[in-house]
Amino acid sequence: MARKLLLTHIDIPGINTFEVYRQKGGYRAVEKALKTLTPDDVLEEVKKSGLRGRGGAGFPTGMKWSFLAKPEGIPRYLVCNGDESEPGTFKDRYLMTHIPHALIEGMIVSSYALGANTSYIYVRGEMMPQIRILEKAIAEAKHAGFLGKNILGSGFDLELFVQPGGGAYICGEETALLESLEGKRGNPRIKPPFPAVSGLYNCPTVVNNVESIAAVVPIINDGGEEYAKIGVERSTGTKLISAGGNVKNPGVYEIELGLSVEEFLYSDEYCGGIANGKRLKAVVAGGSSVPILPANLILKTLKGESRLMTYESLADGGFQSGTMLGSGGFIAFDEDQCIVRNTWNFTRFYHHESCGQCSPCREGTGWMEKVLHKIEHGHGSFSDIDLLVNVAKNIEGNTICPLGDAAAWPVASAIRHFRDEFEWHVTNGAEARQRNYGLANYADPLEPVV
Amino acid sequence: MLSVKHNESVTFTEDMLGKFAEIVRRYPEGRQKSALLPLLHEVQAEFGWLSVSAMDKVAEYLHLDPIEVYEVATFYTMFFLQPKGRFNLEVCRTGPCCLVGAERIMTHLEEKLGVKEGEVTADGLFSWRGVECLAACGYGPVLQIGPEYTFYENLTAEGVDELINELRKKAEGAKLDADS
Ligand SMILES: Cc1cc2nc3c(=O)[nH]c(=O)nc-3n(C[C@H](O)[C@H](O)[C@H](O)COP(=O)(O)O)c2cc1C
Ligand code: SF4
Ligand code: FES
Repeated sequence: MARKLLLTHIDIPGINTFEVYRQKGGYRAVEKALKTLTPDDVLEEVKKSGLRGRGGAGFPTGMKWSFLAKPEGIPRYLVCNGDESEPGTFKDRYLMTHIPHALIEGMIVSSYALGANTSYIYVRGEMMPQIRILEKAIAEAKHAGFLGKNILGSGFDLELFVQPGGGAYICGEETALLESLEGKRGNPRIKPPFPAVSGLYNCPTVVNNVESIAAVVPIINDGGEEYAKIGVERSTGTKLISAGGNVKNPGVYEIELGLSVEEFLYSDEYCGGIANGKRLKAVVAGGSSVPILPANLILKTLKGESRLMTYESLADGGFQSGTMLGSGGFIAFDEDQCIVRNTWNFTRFYHHESCGQCSPCREGTGWMEKVLHKIEHGHGSFSDIDLLVNVAKNIEGNTICPLGDAAAWPVASAIRHFRDEFEWHVTNGAEARQRNYGLANYADPLEPVV
Repeated sequence: MLSVKHNESVTFTEDMLGKFAEIVRRYPEGRQKSALLPLLHEVQAEFGWLSVSAMDKVAEYLHLDPIEVYEVATFYTMFFLQPKGRFNLEVCRTGPCCLVGAERIMTHLEEKLGVKEGEVTADGLFSWRGVECLAACGYGPVLQIGPEYTFYENLTAEGVDELINELRKKAEGAKLDADS
């Protein structure tokens, strides 16, 4: 059995309550940090752990914390990113639902390290049940003396609040999130200045994903070095992977980084293979924004090496033949799924979610959506396929925030790896038009890959 | 876009005002604008949607210009600027859920309720729409119903029928209570 650090006690009845969480050793990290460590000691452990941000970008958490500006007389903020809107990703919701105190404990230790006395957990508004769960957990922790003034007699004060979003994917982007938390539209800010210098209310701010914050708890309990022993290369520790699409056992799994994709996908401990005895066609490994890979390339790199669930291995081959670990939203497509239709769906999503500030993103996503819709419905031409490649290229790197890239990559990679499927829609327009995905199953005309 | 087809004046109850004050205290002095999204959620939960008068009152409460409230209410998809059905069924329509039949569920809802996306049934009870990924992709197809965002997973057509019947019964029960 793989080691678990975040979900160790997930099956214990009542682990969502303070009492049971505490009985199982919860809030030991707060005691250890506040009583025996300085804020800089905590930072040092997080650095040693090699923890990388679990929100998608994989930026080293210790390094991010060390960039936080600390001018005298100005408050600093820790804001937890619980927006979780990246299609395919549903791990943070799981963690907040079942073991909310892991997040609260992580917030206390992390706020202590950063010198934040007021911290916010921004949760997408649709997660009202989770917001209630977190509010209850906060009240329990406060009642037990782990929040509020002079926590455990350490002199450290912390107030923790949950802030609901309003339904906007873009508010997962950290500066859009800060705008939203200030009560405005979720338009990303131009960087620099980075939040570490000027974030919430123009004060130095750290924004971290739910899972990153929760990982600080085992790092402090066992030490950063222990944490770093798990995993391979610069991918240390454990990672929550949410597996969906056509896998046999969809759900949230905690893996040790370094597990092979093949084992994750096919072993009964994890996904258990593809549902309904079908074959695997493609995988989006890290949430909708990362490049899609055909079955052969997700299982093995172009060099023929077994592909591992790590930041490095998944990225092996760059965008030509690799992808990214991203947020850990693992989506499997069986042999009957239509890549063109899915690409259209994703692009429709990005167009819908573009905040509209920059023209390449606002116009480009809409344009790609229209062209994809046309191809998908059997009215496309070969030049439309090239047009898509061209528009995607012109969005990439030309926008204020990475949503533009996130919209371009799925299109570019789908055409790179499944061009024949796009071409099939062009040459077999009449047949493509007859397909009715909402109502009937259909046989895929393409040779299944693998 | 904000186009005013309906309006409705509202009164904030003592309970609501108490809750508002508690929310505003979460932010530093002078940063009460941060309370805007939480307050709009509270107001929508109470009245079912955000009328212009309701938004104006929120603006007044937070010392904001009304436009600051409108621009936020129009940006976020969760805020309704016109009345919805008493039960607004929101089905995830994003890629991963479509791999497991979300489109079939939406087609079924449309047929079952007899209204198109965004429209309200004649009895005022139901409306439905597709929404984007709800962070539950492993349990799709999924559907949520505000204001508490009750969640229904692994939907089937039969399951949807049952749910609609249950909601109808609930509404009838509430009506009987109110009449007696
Ligand atoms: C369009 C967009 C959406 C994002 N959505 C999320 C999200 O839902 N949750 C999240 O933690 N990070 C999201 N991010 C990444 C955040 O900007 C930020 O990098 C992250 O919260 C930092 O936390 P970490 O360092 O702990 O990963 C998103 C980024 C972009 C560009
Ligand atoms: S890239 Fe898109 S989402 Fe990001 S700021 Fe520009 S328009 Fe907005
Ligand atoms: S795609 Fe439907 S919940 Fe994520």
